[in-house]
Amino acid sequence: MAKPSRRQFLKLMGATGAALMVGRGGASASEVHQVNNETIGMLYDATKCVGCKACMSACKRVNSDYGSLSYEQAKFDKDGLWDAPEDLSGSTRTLIKLFKESEKKWSYVKYSCMHCQKPSCVSVCPVSAMTRDPLTGTVDYNKNACIGCRYCQIACAFNIPKFQWEKALPQIVKCDLCKNTNLVKKGITACAETCPTGAILFGKRKDLLAEAKKRLAENPGTYQDHIYGEKEVGGANHLYLSGMEFSKLGLPVLKDEAPAEFSEKIQHTIYKGFIAPVALYSTLCFVALKNMKGHSEADKKHGEQSDHGEKQ
Amino acid sequence: MGHDEYQTHDAKILTPSFIVLLTLTLIGFALIAVRFIKGIGAVTNMSDGYPWGIWITYDVATGTAIACGGYAMAILIYIRNRMHYHPMIRSAVLTSMFGYGLAGFSVMVDVGRPWNAYNFFIPSKWQANSAMFEVALCVMAYTTVLLLEFLPAVLTTLEKTEWKTLQFFMERLHHYTGINRPERMEERLEAVKDLAAWLKPRLDKVLIFIIVLGITLPTMHQSSLGSLLLIASTKLHPLWHTGFLPLLFLINCMFIGYSIAILESVISCYAFKRPYETKELSGMARIIPLLTVIWLCVVIGDLAWRGQLRTALSFDFYSCFFLLEFCLVAGGSLLMFSGKKRESIRWLFASAALIVLGGALYRFNVYLIGFNPGKGWHYFPALAELMITVGIVAFEILGYQVLVKILPVLPKLHTRQQTDVAHGLAEKA
Repeated sequence: MAKPSRRQFLKLMGATGAALMVGRGGASASEVHQVNNETIGMLYDATKCVGCKACMSACKRVNSDYGSLSYEQAKFDKDGLWDAPEDLSGSTRTLIKLFKESEKKWSYVKYSCMHCQKPSCVSVCPVSAMTRDPLTGTVDYNKNACIGCRYCQIACAFNIPKFQWEKALPQIVKCDLCKNTNLVKKGITACAETCPTGAILFGKRKDLLAEAKKRLAENPGTYQDHIYGEKEVGGANHLYLSGMEFSKLGLPVLKDEAPAEFSEKIQHTIYKGFIAPVALYSTLCFVALKNMKGHSEADKKHGEQSDHGEKQ
Repeated sequence: MGHDEYQTHDAKILTPSFIVLLTLTLIGFALIAVRFIKGIGAVTNMSDGYPWGIWITYDVATGTAIACGGYAMAILIYIRNRMHYHPMIRSAVLTSMFGYGLAGFSVMVDVGRPWNAYNFFIPSKWQANSAMFEVALCVMAYTTVLLLEFLPAVLTTLEKTEWKTLQFFMERLHHYTGINRPERMEERLEAVKDLAAWLKPRLDKVLIFIIVLGITLPTMHQSSLGSLLLIASTKLHPLWHTGFLPLLFLINCMFIGYSIAILESVISCYAFKRPYETKELSGMARIIPLLTVIWLCVVIGDLAWRGQLRTALSFDFYSCFFLLEFCLVAGGSLLMFSGKKRESIRWLFASAALIVLGGALYRFNVYLIGFNPGKGWHYFPALAELMITVGIVAFEILGYQVLVKILPVLPKLHTRQQTDVAHGLAEKA
């Protein structure tokens, strides 16, 4: 790892300070969100994409065993010759779409998991079926832990995790950067390997960011002056360059703060080390016991004083 | 404080409403079978954009609030020391037990991979950041607590039972199939009775600790039901997405709890032809406006603080639902402020109904109506999906109806006059 810069050092100091203020001791160091640029990801350059969808078929071919990805037949295709998914789904992890504003202004866009630095899906999964590998930054899904509650779908700002609605034994399906397949065999994701125009680059986040910045600097006017995914929701490992506004491509306008930071902060404030519930229980016990005692004494007196109680 | 505060409602079990409810229940459960054979998509309109439909919104998020009668009554009786409400708690606990038990059951219908649910008990899988984890554990624990809280009613009955129904059933069985009754049946039944008699005083001793646990757990998970939607900051409309969601859900479940306790008492007195508990109910109704005023203040204060007051008054789709929810709660509370109206069963019923509707609409707004995952997604529950919810609710009412007739649940009618009135009403019907 490179020598820590002044900026990183300050960040770390700030983070530690914040952690101490929150008062959760050593464990909180991992909870304070920091962007790790050594993790792996992809850069999609929409201006280079020709919409051949080779990445889509490569993804299904390679990953079919993980989530039994099936082909999706289009309505017009009676013979079932084409795989024509309309959207990401329980059998499609990556998708190319065309957005056409006019004859001259159009753009392709690729959808797949953003592999966030502070993923909402990981934060909300009650049984740790969604995990983020701290070394590679890959957000992965374990169907053997998943209970199928679909909270990850509620939480994901990009609507990435997909559920197999039509199956009796369903699972969640989303891109895992070919973690068990192409990445193991060839060291690169299937979509990036297949892309004939180099629209999908695979690599470390810092290299991808550097490349994106270089392209922005070398081709002013071609691109929107923004790397989508660099800062959105605390940073993502899937980065985008495009000539068209990102919001038109179906990529939502998002804040820099990760939603998971906000929700976890509130949840942790309420449940700080489980002190609050225990304190609540003991206080209530104290009050209730006192009330019960008072009542039984009052009962006795009442019984002595007069005989017409509740028994008749 | 004894067990003689309650009585079994003496009436026929097989009534026309029993048949209707049973039919609805059976339809619901048949559709649940379809869901397990053909997948969730076969019976619902849920989609990847709206992964939580009516099952989570109604059965879980709203249903558990409506099942908060037991929670609200427990706070009133044991914490605020109003022991004279004690005779009303058993029926409140019974409805809570059904509400929570069936909410848990709905979750098992709703989740895609229920066979993995054992992971909640494996520490290495625990994920304390997840509000869902907290809700799941608390709801499971609270359902157990409710069962324990209700156990005295079962034990009291077991203690004194003569097993008439069982004897009758065994005789019939012998008559039709020639199966002899097991040799040592009498002995074993005696053993069960002895066990009940042994257990009851021991349970009574620790019951208060269980009851207090039954106050702590809903405080935790009802607020966490609000926390569930904190993460959806980009999808939940700003009218409802706020850091105060946990607090709002907690207060919301309390005023729904008291209101539903009033409604349940009125409805069951009406249906079972018993005299109304007007005095108790009007006393209870005094608490509700206090809670709703706090709730409404938090709602308005939070909107003002976040600069969303104008959005709230913009009269678009979301604003209308917000205003409806707000007016229902505020209107019901206004009625309850009047001491005179609190003395009338009609007004009590009307205002409690308004507040329950408003409170429930708030939960629908947060979970479904105010939830917008982006362009192109729409949701309205499918018929089969609705029928499953209807079936579960029908089962809930059915269970209540049957159990109050075989176990001592309803408050004892104290005076001869009261009993006479009840008999008179029953004869008229």
